[in-house]
Amino acid sequence: MLIAIAIAGISLMPIGFAQVDTFAFDTPEQQQRFRQLSNDLRCPMCQNTNLTGSSGGVAEDLRREIHRMIMAGMTNQEIEQFMFERYGDFIFYRPRLRAETILLWFGPLLFLIIGGGVAFGISRRAKVVNAEHGAPLSADEQTRLHELLHKK
Amino acid sequence: MKNLRFYIPVSVFAVLAVVMWRGLYLDPKELPSMLIDKPLPAFALTTVEGAAITQQDLPQQVFLLNVWGSYCLPCLIEHPTLMRLAEAGEIPVVGVNYRDQQELALRWLDDNGNPFAFSILDEDGRFGIDLGVYGAPETYLVDAEGVIRFRHVSVLDEQVWAEKFVPAIAELRRESN
Repeated sequence: MLIAIAIAGISLMPIGFAQVDTFAFDTPEQQQRFRQLSNDLRCPMCQNTNLTGSSGGVAEDLRREIHRMIMAGMTNQEIEQFMFERYGDFIFYRPRLRAETILLWFGPLLFLIIGGGVAFGISRRAKVVNAEHGAPLSADEQTRLHELLHKK
Repeated sequence: MKNLRFYIPVSVFAVLAVVMWRGLYLDPKELPSMLIDKPLPAFALTTVEGAAITQQDLPQQVFLLNVWGSYCLPCLIEHPTLMRLAEAGEIPVVGVNYRDQQELALRWLDDNGNPFAFSILDEDGRFGIDLGVYGAPETYLVDAEGVIRFRHVSVLDEQVWAEKFVPAIAELRRESN
């Protein structure tokens, strides 16, 4: 009984995880471009899903637009510009290099340089300190150390 | 010199902490619109009732453009606010019936009341794409020249109206006088 319910439950689950739009293309190259663009563009209404993986209304519309633009002979760059003008950097998983995104691109490098500089400075200072205080003990100092260590 | 060595990392930490603390409270669902300070995209569509309409037919004054659909529950929540604004004559409200079906839209307006001067029928969502819409409800504030000045995503209730729209509209009306 339980198994029957489980099976019924599974078969009633929505089949809509994979997208089933059927778009016709003239060449395999166009189809390949369509697949790549819908994989690389983010669905604006669903925080972290690309257009291929989203069943959202706007994603469906944008896939249809991409198909239309590919068939109209637009280049990938033109299509990306179309998306950018309407949805901004959010639409790209790999944001464009612009004044607004420069920190995003080079922030980590900046922190690496600062952190590296600090680490380098500390290790150098440690070396200098070692050189000053790390010289071998004189005979007097040796005797005194020995006395201190073995004092009862 | 010793002081500097102490204060620089501490102040860097303080700045980062403040920025990230604020970041925690940003709503990642609220995307900035790319169309702020840009003219409303041109269109040639029909109203929900079926009359032909273009951007020429929009109000020649500050107005709200509200994206709605009969399937959209939050639209019902903001509906009383839109009704009040329309009835009080505070500001004209134009609807964009987004990715909906004409008969369902008409029935929704019949059932709930119609706050819109008219609603643009955008059945395939094509006009929505030009607007950068990503889901109903969204509300755009458009100035007398037809330029988009502000966008609010999700429910426009009385609080949002008072806190965000009223000051923005006052500013726009002052500008145009």
